[in-house]
Amino acid sequence: MEELVHLHGIVKRFPGVIANDNVDFTLKRGEIHALLGENGAGKTTLMNILYGLYKPDSGEIYIEGRRVEIRSPKEAIKLGIGMVHQNFKLIPQHTVLENVILGLKDVGFIIDSKKIGEEIKKLAEQYNWKIDPHVFVWQLSAGEKQQVELLKILYRKAKILILDEPTSVLTPQECKYLFYALRMMVKEGRGVIFITHKLDEALAISDRVTVMRRGKVVATKNTWETDIKELASFMIGRPVLFNIEKNKTYSDEELVIVRNLKVFNDAGVLSLKNVNLTIRKNEIFGIIGVTGNGQQELAEVLAGLRRPVDGEIIIDGIKIVDPNPQKMIELGVAYIPPEPMKYGVAPNLSVIDNLFLKAYRYRPYSKKIFIDIKKMEKKAEEIVEKFNIVCPSPSIKVRSLSGGNIQRLILARELSELIGGVRSKLIIATYPTKGLDIAAAEFLNKSLIEYSKLGTSILYITEDIEEAMMVCDRIGVIHDGKIVGTFKPGEVSVEKIGLMMAGADASISS
Amino acid sequence: MGTIYLIASLGEVYAERSGVLNLGLEGMMIMGAAISFIFTIAYGHLVAILMAALIGVLMSLILAVMAIHLRLNQVIVGLALTLLGLGLSGLITFPDIRRRILSSLNPSLPESMLMIQQAEKLPEIPIPLLSQIPLIGKTFFTHNILVYTSLILAIIMWFILFKTRYGLIIRSVGENPSMADSLGVNVFLVRYVTVVISGLFASLAGAYFFIGFHPFWREGVTAGRGFISLALVILATWNPLRAILGAYLFGGVETFQYRLQLFGLGAQSPYFLAMLPYIITIITLILISIESIRKRIGVPASLGTPYSREEA
Repeated sequence: MEELVHLHGIVKRFPGVIANDNVDFTLKRGEIHALLGENGAGKTTLMNILYGLYKPDSGEIYIEGRRVEIRSPKEAIKLGIGMVHQNFKLIPQHTVLENVILGLKDVGFIIDSKKIGEEIKKLAEQYNWKIDPHVFVWQLSAGEKQQVELLKILYRKAKILILDEPTSVLTPQECKYLFYALRMMVKEGRGVIFITHKLDEALAISDRVTVMRRGKVVATKNTWETDIKELASFMIGRPVLFNIEKNKTYSDEELVIVRNLKVFNDAGVLSLKNVNLTIRKNEIFGIIGVTGNGQQELAEVLAGLRRPVDGEIIIDGIKIVDPNPQKMIELGVAYIPPEPMKYGVAPNLSVIDNLFLKAYRYRPYSKKIFIDIKKMEKKAEEIVEKFNIVCPSPSIKVRSLSGGNIQRLILARELSELIGGVRSKLIIATYPTKGLDIAAAEFLNKSLIEYSKLGTSILYITEDIEEAMMVCDRIGVIHDGKIVGTFKPGEVSVEKIGLMMAGADASISS
Repeated sequence: MGTIYLIASLGEVYAERSGVLNLGLEGMMIMGAAISFIFTIAYGHLVAILMAALIGVLMSLILAVMAIHLRLNQVIVGLALTLLGLGLSGLITFPDIRRRILSSLNPSLPESMLMIQQAEKLPEIPIPLLSQIPLIGKTFFTHNILVYTSLILAIIMWFILFKTRYGLIIRSVGENPSMADSLGVNVFLVRYVTVVISGLFASLAGAYFFIGFHPFWREGVTAGRGFISLALVILATWNPLRAILGAYLFGGVETFQYRLQLFGLGAQSPYFLAMLPYIITIITLILISIESIRKRIGVPASLGTPYSREEA
């Protein structure tokens, strides 16, 4: 098979790190090549080099056997390279057509939207996509938006497609359509580079897999010659346990009761339409769903950050009236927010300050208008040790810590019984493992399970079905502001969960 | 009267559609008026209009360098340029200084021309036949050339903005510059061009206001009309065609006010006009900073935000 792309000896250094260390990579015509690795392994850097966003410090790039230098995305596009970024680069207020043709020179001065619309429609139909080129992008679902991104590239006649974590916003069904379309595209003589950190995905879609770790290529294998265990050990450098031992006792006592909850989102639209759920003591209750179906608002209401419009919340027998964060903290509710760097820590404050962001106002750390810094320092050392937060000193600024360490810091703040030595009754964890490497995610999930054994209830919000199955005792699927089904892991097939996430009528309860 | 508002807001629509707020509109407008005053006396109308255009381009280039290249706060830079324009126009028209400028521009001018406060007005061009229609003929078809040009311009500018490739590029840069950049659009160039267009149009509007409508000089002669044009852009929801309606509505109200005064009704309050710039600045700021309002009225998403590749 002919080589479309050949990267040879690529080196890219950023201050303090080598993001790509002498990397070799090839893409053949007609293949889907998965580029597998954890966050920070150097996958995206490598692809940004190929797409002209970064300039490599050394190394050579060959496109269809010809040595090239790619200095900008414009040049990459000219060479037939197209990239779908993880966050869509689309303009919601413009139509599909306008998004597709932006920046193209050969559409002429006056846009002939009828003719171009037909062309786009025809192109979409080749892959069984039903997209009206004249609707606005904000009217489309995540899956359709991704199709527009692909159309953008295909309309420019790209031969080399780079997809960066393309499934992170899709339901399992939408993933299937995507995989089907990608198969068609490579059959027509293109090559696809599929960046992912999900092992099962790499196995399901690709012809070959290249695994990266810490900026280096660990292995390139034909997909049919490898398996999930081998890939995982390549990825993290040691064998991984895929099941966490739970073995715990269950309680019947209901700690959290939510009835008919209705909540507005920031845009003033009802995003929780009628939510009913109960969480028992000891229980980890999972919420899965496609992002933006109300799970964030649910977490915020329970954390006291958002006011319900209607409905009832009872925690440990106490009816919550007029919630605010402090009230909820005093009730024993802990909150692990999404995007820790943005919502979870104050990056310019020290580790100590961040650990005591909640506890500073309570005894023994608060003495009337003063705070007891000595006591805080002493306790902080203890916590840093216990939660394995790697930092040179607890007085260092949080912004210099790695993502895993920041997440451990938040976990420590929320779990370490700083307020009056009392354990939290309810922990709300929103996407707690997002962006973490496998080892850090494992640690976090294990800690949560340990806490649930001690009697704490946990609301675990995630979009990863596998993870929910592994960690949770019961799972609710949220769609369009409603819990559309509740079940125990293993009771319902992944297939069916996907349908529920997509809003298909398949309500099940247990 | 509405023509002033129309011309100025057409340019501003382009600047804002590409994501740059030109709050220097008032300053550029009054500089256009002052320059056209001086050059009409010295060399006549054509040179005056050309020089007014030039001053608008120069002033908007200052704004462009500061707001696009150096990524300074657009509100502050724009207000600074307005203050600069108000001050500078007062300076160059100050009788003693104006006299020196005029005599060095055109030494053959008679002494009496050096001190007059008034310039020659643009001639009105009646459209043949149509202007002969009884009753409405004189009202609608006897105007100076800028009135007709501006109406045609509004239609052309609407067409370019919504029906052509360049319009799509301008709108996309205003909505999502990083995306436009990734598709090979030169974000900086697009914004420079639209900002210069806004400055050019603002100073032309100023020139028209002075020599076409009100050729008697006094300091601060444009009296907040640049700010009214800014408000008009929002009212027209960034659409050149709707700007026509808004412009003539505003212009009509103002003319009506003058007529009332002739009959001794409702004295025009100078305090209200003096207040206007600040009110409009505050309203603009509120509108572009409240997320839900931004979405509802369709504010270009990147309006007011400088673009840089590294932060994207």
